Amino acid sequence: MERMSQALSWVLLVLRDQGPVIRRFSGGGTVIVDKDTVFVTFICNKDAIPGLQPYPRPIMSWNSQIYEHVFDKACNFQLRENDYVFGNHKFGGNAQSITKRRWIHHTSFLWDYKIENMAYLKLPTRAPEYRLARSHTEFICRLKDYLARSEFIDKTISALGSHFSMEHVELEPSQQSLAADFVPSSREITMQEMEEALAELTSEEPAAYSLSK
Amino acid sequence: MALRMWASSTANALRISCSAAKSAGLSPSFSITRCFSSVLDGLKYAPSHEWVKHDGGIAVVGITDHAQDHLGEVVFVDLPEAGGSVSQGSSFGAVESVKATSDINSPVSGEIIEVNTKLTETPGLVNSSPYDDGWMIKVKPSKPSELDSLMGSKEYTKFCEEEDAAH
Repeated sequence: MERMSQALSWVLLVLRDQGPVIRRFSGGGTVIVDKDTVFVTFICNKDAIPGLQPYPRPIMSWNSQIYEHVFDKACNFQLRENDYVFGNHKFGGNAQSITKRRWIHHTSFLWDYKIENMAYLKLPTRAPEYRLARSHTEFICRLKDYLARSEFIDKTISALGSHFSMEHVELEPSQQSLAADFVPSSREITMQEMEEALAELTSEEPAAYSLSK
Repeated sequence: MALRMWASSTANALRISCSAAKSAGLSPSFSITRCFSSVLDGLKYAPSHEWVKHDGGIAVVGITDHAQDHLGEVVFVDLPEAGGSVSQGSSFGAVESVKATSDINSPVSGEIIEVNTKLTETPGLVNSSPYDDGWMIKVKPSKPSELDSLMGSKEYTKFCEEEDAAH
């Protein structure tokens, strides 16, 4: 019942504010992203990292060691369960997609955030143990409070340079490099789909809907 | 780096694979420093860690204890519908653990005749009962000889040991 009510509250908020919702193909929970979010994604062949098994924990553990060279020891950076934290405050969430020959490891770094946007994120049914039922504002922290954006980017690139040869490329995809029949599996959820979800939720839980109106 | 990852993998093995062994009626045999995932006789295994049981012209497919142990807690299983077809070595669905989606590859080619709908409501069956209640699809094999190319239990056990030792 509680899980359904949470889902219903979330759908109602999104429909009210008409914010874009993207369903990504990788795992992980719901995140709020904005113009300040820093994304770092590794797209690797299965054998790209010598000695690394293509499973969630090994990949995450390897990835966290990259960032150990980015943050000062005083920040108390660590990988805690599945999150990147300073102490016990989360500033980065991870998601992965693993296929037979490749894997993706993706981190969304919370550079800054608006408190009102955190209203979209209720206490999740499946929360990390270290969260200890804290509200979002007590649980997360802003990466910008720890170092400058340019410093974070430069140090991350430098840390990567000890593992890979680095080359800067432009992000705009070349049309010729995409297969003609390529269909992205990540996509934006339409408002119609959100309204259909609302109809389904309210038909299963009419009492919760009447209370939340 | 390798030692830390091995320790993490071992901690997961002690927590999860021993319970899977119990559910299969096996007595877990492990030392304080190492625990092996369970491997059942009578099944065939793919190098991508799926198992297949061929019985009465029907192939039942799932992922192994080794796979569920390394993937972690499964929260969603994306399976195709019955009536579709699968090809050996190709993806037919995905398992989503807490932070990762992982492809599931079919060890045989053929027509999907049944899908385990229990996994929709209880995806954790993949963790708790990977060889039994956590089965994923049933296939009518179009090329039964493909089973000959798969590993038996002893071969797969050795394969897993070598894979874990190499990392």
